[in-house]
Amino acid sequence: MYAELSVEGTATSIEGPLLFMRHNVNVGLNEGADVIGRDGRRRLGRITLLDEEHMVVEVLESTEGLSPSTTRVRLHGEPLRFGVGPELLGRIFDGVGRVIDGGPPAPSVQRLSIDGFAINPSHRAKPTDFIETGISTIDVLNSLVRGQKLPIFSGGGLPHDRIAIQIARDARLRGKGAESFAIVFVGIGVPHDTAESFRHAMETSGALEHTVMFLNLASDSSVQRLLTPRFALTAAEYLAFHEGKHVLVVMTDMTNYSESLREVSASHAEVPGRKGYPGYMYSDLATLYERAGTVIGVSGSLTQLPILTMPSDDITHPIPDLTGYITEGQIVLDRELDRQGIYPPVKVLPSLSRLMKDGTGKGFSHEDHPALAQQLYAAYAHAVQMRVLASIVGTEGLPKTDQRFLEFGDRFEREIVQQVERRTLEESMNAGWEVLKTLPFSELHRLSDEQIRRYISKTD
Amino acid sequence: MTNATITSVSGPVLKARFEQPFQIGEAVRVGERELMGEVIRIQGQEIVVQVYEDTSGLRPGASVRGNGVPLAVRVGPHLLGGIFDGLLRPLTGTDSAYIEPGSVKVPPRVLAFEPGVKEGDALSEGMPFGDVETLGGRTLACLVPPEVSGKVARIVPGGEYADDETLCWLDNAQSQCTELAMSHIWPVRKPRPIAERLPIAAPLLTGQRILDALFPVAQGGKATLPGGFGTGKTVLQESLAKWCDADVIVYVGCGERGNEMSGVLHEFPQLEDPRTGRPLMERTVLIANVSNMPVAAREASTYTAVSVAEFFRDQGLHVALMADSTSRWAEALREISGRLGELPAESGYPAYLSSRLAEFYERAARVRTLSGNEGSVTIIGAVSPAGGDFSEPVTTHTKRYVRCFWALDSARAHARFYPAIHPLQSYSEDVGALTAWWQAQGDPHWSATRRRFLTLLQQQARLERMARIVGKDALPMRQQLVLLCAQVVSEGFLRQSAISPVDRYCSPERQARMMRLLVRFNEVAEKAVEAGASVEELSALPVVRGLQRMGEEIAEDHLDQFEWLQQQLEDDFASWTRASANVR
Repeated sequence: MYAELSVEGTATSIEGPLLFMRHNVNVGLNEGADVIGRDGRRRLGRITLLDEEHMVVEVLESTEGLSPSTTRVRLHGEPLRFGVGPELLGRIFDGVGRVIDGGPPAPSVQRLSIDGFAINPSHRAKPTDFIETGISTIDVLNSLVRGQKLPIFSGGGLPHDRIAIQIARDARLRGKGAESFAIVFVGIGVPHDTAESFRHAMETSGALEHTVMFLNLASDSSVQRLLTPRFALTAAEYLAFHEGKHVLVVMTDMTNYSESLREVSASHAEVPGRKGYPGYMYSDLATLYERAGTVIGVSGSLTQLPILTMPSDDITHPIPDLTGYITEGQIVLDRELDRQGIYPPVKVLPSLSRLMKDGTGKGFSHEDHPALAQQLYAAYAHAVQMRVLASIVGTEGLPKTDQRFLEFGDRFEREIVQQVERRTLEESMNAGWEVLKTLPFSELHRLSDEQIRRYISKTD
Repeated sequence: MTNATITSVSGPVLKARFEQPFQIGEAVRVGERELMGEVIRIQGQEIVVQVYEDTSGLRPGASVRGNGVPLAVRVGPHLLGGIFDGLLRPLTGTDSAYIEPGSVKVPPRVLAFEPGVKEGDALSEGMPFGDVETLGGRTLACLVPPEVSGKVARIVPGGEYADDETLCWLDNAQSQCTELAMSHIWPVRKPRPIAERLPIAAPLLTGQRILDALFPVAQGGKATLPGGFGTGKTVLQESLAKWCDADVIVYVGCGERGNEMSGVLHEFPQLEDPRTGRPLMERTVLIANVSNMPVAAREASTYTAVSVAEFFRDQGLHVALMADSTSRWAEALREISGRLGELPAESGYPAYLSSRLAEFYERAARVRTLSGNEGSVTIIGAVSPAGGDFSEPVTTHTKRYVRCFWALDSARAHARFYPAIHPLQSYSEDVGALTAWWQAQGDPHWSATRRRFLTLLQQQARLERMARIVGKDALPMRQQLVLLCAQVVSEGFLRQSAISPVDRYCSPERQARMMRLLVRFNEVAEKAVEAGASVEELSALPVVRGLQRMGEEIAEDHLDQFEWLQQQLEDDFASWTRASANVR
């Protein structure tokens, strides 16, 4: 609970987001504080440095309008916490957990630290529940499982929001009835219309009552962006591990988060790393992404679907690069496919799901699923290579077999990548077998004779 | 016991004023929760302490206590089969599903001990004083720790004892008594002493064809596997941990994913060591400092791991240490260095990055231990270069100290060609020394076949570049054949599925048979082309498909099927020769 400890008039200076004060109260490092200016506005802050004479409060919102002599600081006496309860569902919060849907405050049953604790690896359950998203390139080729963190690497102008909404709406577990699920949507520095279109989509599909939204809009304080995913993940952890729900967290856009991190790091005068991002960005992103998972003995799960826009579509940029090193795979969107009108424009080759091996195959999805995925990947990679060749020497310069690979590549993009409606796993897999018929049997090295006989060479 | 009082605290670094002197590198306990830390700087009356855990809630005035010893961990036979954090505190046996800062009391492991000496016996460092039975019934010797010697004053009778219980009392020449348990405390940054270093002699057989055949690593060697994200570093490290022929595996997940460590924990107890038939977990020590655990402990975790590896080496065992990933460890160095306000060198890393890497990799060796046995520590470190660019500091510095370089290639990974080791960018400096070993094992052609495969792959790269300009069809038939043979070698031999129960492990015997078969294919195909065969005809022969799938299809316990495949090879070519003769 809040300790009503308040100090006034002890601030000595303000530099950027940092408020320097005389240290005359008993506080601990990282404890929360409300910084209140003469305007009466409450700004969240936390203690980042303590010595015998001074203390420094990092103000997590704009410091505009504050003046050292009139600033009042109310100390929480505990780290920043968020009050959570079952009635979070259906509500909309701002980036620091304040209700903004015009309703009354959401009643809380527990107050949890927004930084969470690291899940002990020996208590983690192995994520194996295959989630059917209805998108073939994900279901067949890069399967998502519960408890996974699978980001979408996108670019400005690509339909990542549409894909995220589609997954949030359509994803289901195979062969099971309706289970208690929940969606946490986290808008980090998003434009108002993105937030609105998500809310609208959830409303029309009737999922809004299972959804909690946290919105830090593009017009809100950028420092707050560092807190938004932490508040949201605290809510998600509560729903997953205390209420036993299967929670899907959609976080958009992690690029804005990283930009804020750089901004704050620069204001602390820290030594910059690559492209000016702080050297600890990997560890910082990990404290968010690693909060996904499943825990032994708890029925809920927390699955993350972060979205990030790659600056100038560069996958080696520090933001996608570090994200890719932490998350369990990535779905990469491609501008070229998008221009050709292929939806969803998933660039298959660099996309990956690391947990796929645990959630597919016999007993999980389908016995022949892994072999099919392997074969499609191998063949499509060869087809792409042949395209490069054909662009120089012409199709005629290629042997007959390789010409068939070219045809395979085109069919693959038109019949598997592109889709209009939701497909079940079986429909997606059938599309895969069908397209493989383009190739001679002798080229299908990743399939066993039995699989070829069963799916490819059979006469319908 | 020395005391100090915190004067300032910010992030994981704090300053404290002391009364009694502290030493650089001394381990300390901070505050009520007894957080672990280490003295990293002394200025006047103040020490600077790096805390290994979350410092939230600390405040000036809290105490810092030290007892004059550097950062040390308890190494012993109880570690086998367990999972620990970067400071070797057990992660199992705790109630909470979350890692909370501060010291946790976990009950010690109880193991059966059998004394091997009697009162009055003189013992010097490294000598055994008894045996202990570890997981799965394996017996390990209890050795007198380094720098300790004396006469046995008392020893307990055989029975069950906790891992930290005193079993033997030694009186030295000055009549000081030292208490010995089956485990002991060892300062992690200090290499454990040995009698002498030995030259490398035998390979660490990994069960991965591309490594054993093309880029072998020796027992006591050091290897690195750099690769961008998604190129399969972790899967390869795990495969090595599962199937290599070391006696003990120390696997340190340094700043990596929690789900991966839990995956290892779930999988290893169910997998069998192909040599002993025992669950793999029994020979494994897992050290997990996952990416969201405190960064400072990540820096310590690699030293912890190598100390554990050296402990088992001293028992006369061959130990393999997998470090995934050394880049995260380097980043931890960078972060701490930044907080101390040190001048950054390349990419913000401290200037001593290179010497720290050198110290770490130099702890890999084949040695004669203090007790006169032969043991080894092989270090295999993954590197995660930023943007997949091998010219970044961690990769380039590592490359100077390792002998095997296994470069992972994203183009191969994109085509799901695993292990995605690029055969032309990788190398092994251990080949020369290991050729003799293969000869002694009765495989005199190993070196020649290896050379032949590498030449083939080199030619393939050159010809593919040429085919890009003139078209594949325009290449002479002999060159098209090179492309076919290289493809068969890649698909049939280099590619190896880590998840297929048949192919995830490949014994030297199976590997040798596959190599012989591929060489034979190469020979007869060349003859056929000379006799006028077209490569398109040859690639349609059923045996070509058979060769490319033999890894998947022919299991370890059905090696005789290679003879059928060889027969098919001969038959296919014989019938082709007959058919072409008829046409003419």
